[in-house]
Amino acid sequence: MAQEPVLAVESLRVEFATGDAPPVVAVSDMSFEVHRGETLCIVGESGCGKSLTALSILRLLPRPYGRIGAGRVLLDGRDLTTVSEAEIRAVRGRAISMIFQEPMTSLNPVLTVGRQIAETVMVHEGLSWQDCMDRALEMLRQVRIPEPERRLHEYPHQLSGGMRQRVMIAMALACRPRVLLADEPTTALDVTIQAQILDLIRDLQQETGAAVVLITHDLGVVAEMAQRVLVMYAGSKVEEGSVEEIFDAPSHPYTRGLMAAMPHLGGGRGKRLNEIPGVVPALDARPPGCAFAPRCMQAVARCHAEAPPLVQIGGTHTVACWAHGQGARA
Amino acid sequence: MTGKTSVLDVQGLVKHYSVGRGLFGSGRRRLHAVDGVSFAIAPGETLGLVGESGCGKSTVGKAVLRLVEPTAGRIVLEGEDITSLSRSALIAKRRKMQVIFQDPYSSLNPRMTAGEIVQEPLINFGIGTRAEQQERVAALFARVGLRPDQRNNYPHEFSGGQRQRLGIARALALGPSVVIADEPVSALDVSVQAQVINLLMDLQEEYGLSYLFIAHDLGVVEHISHRVAVMYLGKIVETAPRDMLFAEPRHPYTEALLAAVPVSHPRMRRRRVVLKGDVPSPINPPSGCRFHTRCPIAVARCREEEPALLGDSSGHSVACHLRTPAN
Ligand SMILES: Nc1ncnc2c1ncn2[C@@H]1O[C@H](COP(=O)(O)OP(=O)(O)OP(=O)(O)O)[C@@H](O)[C@H]1O
Ligand code: SF4
Ligand SMILES: [Mg+2]
Repeated sequence: MAQEPVLAVESLRVEFATGDAPPVVAVSDMSFEVHRGETLCIVGESGCGKSLTALSILRLLPRPYGRIGAGRVLLDGRDLTTVSEAEIRAVRGRAISMIFQEPMTSLNPVLTVGRQIAETVMVHEGLSWQDCMDRALEMLRQVRIPEPERRLHEYPHQLSGGMRQRVMIAMALACRPRVLLADEPTTALDVTIQAQILDLIRDLQQETGAAVVLITHDLGVVAEMAQRVLVMYAGSKVEEGSVEEIFDAPSHPYTRGLMAAMPHLGGGRGKRLNEIPGVVPALDARPPGCAFAPRCMQAVARCHAEAPPLVQIGGTHTVACWAHGQGARA
Repeated sequence: MTGKTSVLDVQGLVKHYSVGRGLFGSGRRRLHAVDGVSFAIAPGETLGLVGESGCGKSTVGKAVLRLVEPTAGRIVLEGEDITSLSRSALIAKRRKMQVIFQDPYSSLNPRMTAGEIVQEPLINFGIGTRAEQQERVAALFARVGLRPDQRNNYPHEFSGGQRQRLGIARALALGPSVVIADEPVSALDVSVQAQVINLLMDLQEEYGLSYLFIAHDLGVVEHISHRVAVMYLGKIVETAPRDMLFAEPRHPYTEALLAAVPVSHPRMRRRRVVLKGDVPSPINPPSGCRFHTRCPIAVARCREEEPALLGDSSGHSVACHLRTPAN
């Protein structure tokens, strides 16, 4: 793509530092770009560092121990890791907004839904209160909440889980952000409601041209939503490509393993599922070499000793595995 | 699976909860968690029970186990009616029916070692000598894929998948014939989920276990079940042998549920019919067919008259005025 990315993360390292001990690295050497109107899905299992990656973009890492150890986060070319507190606050909710798995963590239980959305608009755009409330109503309509005039005056606890998620999306999109970070936005929802929310995110993205970074553990959601896919394992990117590249030619043994482990409709009824033996290593016990090596059927001696670099194996397809591409030939 | 006598036979199961007053109403109200559910499970069979959050799946499981007292209905376990057994008689019978929960952590005593957790039911039922019990525990650990040295660890020292293995070992200690598994893999990562599903399927084959497998993930249910029952607002709306249900769903709700499942490959993306709105409240469920408020094909009759669950000879039953077996 000739066009400049809206958001670019370059060699990001997230670490946790406690006392005098050397910091524990949770995410290392993470890089990706997202363009206008594009959806990048970051996929991986719990604890692989998906959420930390997203949180570090907005400098919302858990305090006091979490910090960005290295790397840059560029929003339209401006490095967010070095701007002032005031500047990053102005970015949050305006240029970049974030939605979470559990809407109650970002909704205030004692304020009406309308007031919360309106306040976000007020803070960032300084319109009159009436204009802000009008925008709130318009947003509720846009996220297709039934009877928006009534809902405007209700409190979060009066809404169902699906409706709360819609309110959070309404709030996130109220200032027309250029980037939407969505961290497992449908994981807590039923499939029929998940389908509604995914359709909604897709439609709103088409209308506003926002770049979307969607974090999920569900390859089905990836297949539905992504243009680009980034697979994470134990804090690192192990594979990246277009959604077609990843689903047609999954190349990292972990990506392949995940795909074969997931029961999906119409697939291999009653047969054994592919297992990935063992478990994800703990943060402070990640092995040297390739972090996946202890669980990998294809691992050779080198995998246990030396971390594989990311190499290009196709058009926009990269993978970090000694058994692939230049790595295999080297 | 017809012809064989069932291990578990549930008829007309009802569970109503009495809940606090509403915003304006007076007095307590009835919440219809389960409203007339019937099913039978044959030896070695898995019945998958699916439906959206709050439809009453877990309540069915709990009422069958009599962890909550059914409001009405009949539960027959291995030919014996256990619906009104006394507590002590029930406990003796419980040996034959065990349970596995979604979150094994909350159901395992944190102060007991893993070995003690698995041994406890054997002690409670006075089965074998201490040495024999220890042997059985060791065999169970090996069978579910836990290391012998892990017997001395406490639940918090296990990963989610290992805790689920521990829960399974405990459930199997007494040699049950029926296992009620309530979302046993929902909290697990995909790679570990596959391990536990495979284990459950292997154990079924080995011991001829019957499962009532409660889950909301249709992919998992399709994978593991022989037969599937779909619940909506406290009722079974459709039940059929697995392949039939997934290939030719008849109830509009089952259709919508299947259509909502994400595709498995980006080339299969399509504009699907998305079910509108939310599930109504089980306090005052809709009249007539409970699905009529969201049903894309509802007619006037649906609002007034409740459709019966009618079956055909292939074992496919559906509760819908417009999609009776004859149609
Ligand atoms: N002890 C209780 N008192 C009152 N209402 C209850 C109680 N237990 C369950 N309910 C209600 O009964 C209905 C069915 O609940 P149940 O837990 O069986 O649903 P479920 O299908 O298992 O949902 P999920 O998929 O979320 O686990 C719900 O509306 C629930 O709120
Ligand atoms: S009975 Fe009527 S409302 Fe109910 S599922 Fe059938 S068509 Fe729809
Ligand atoms: Mg439940």
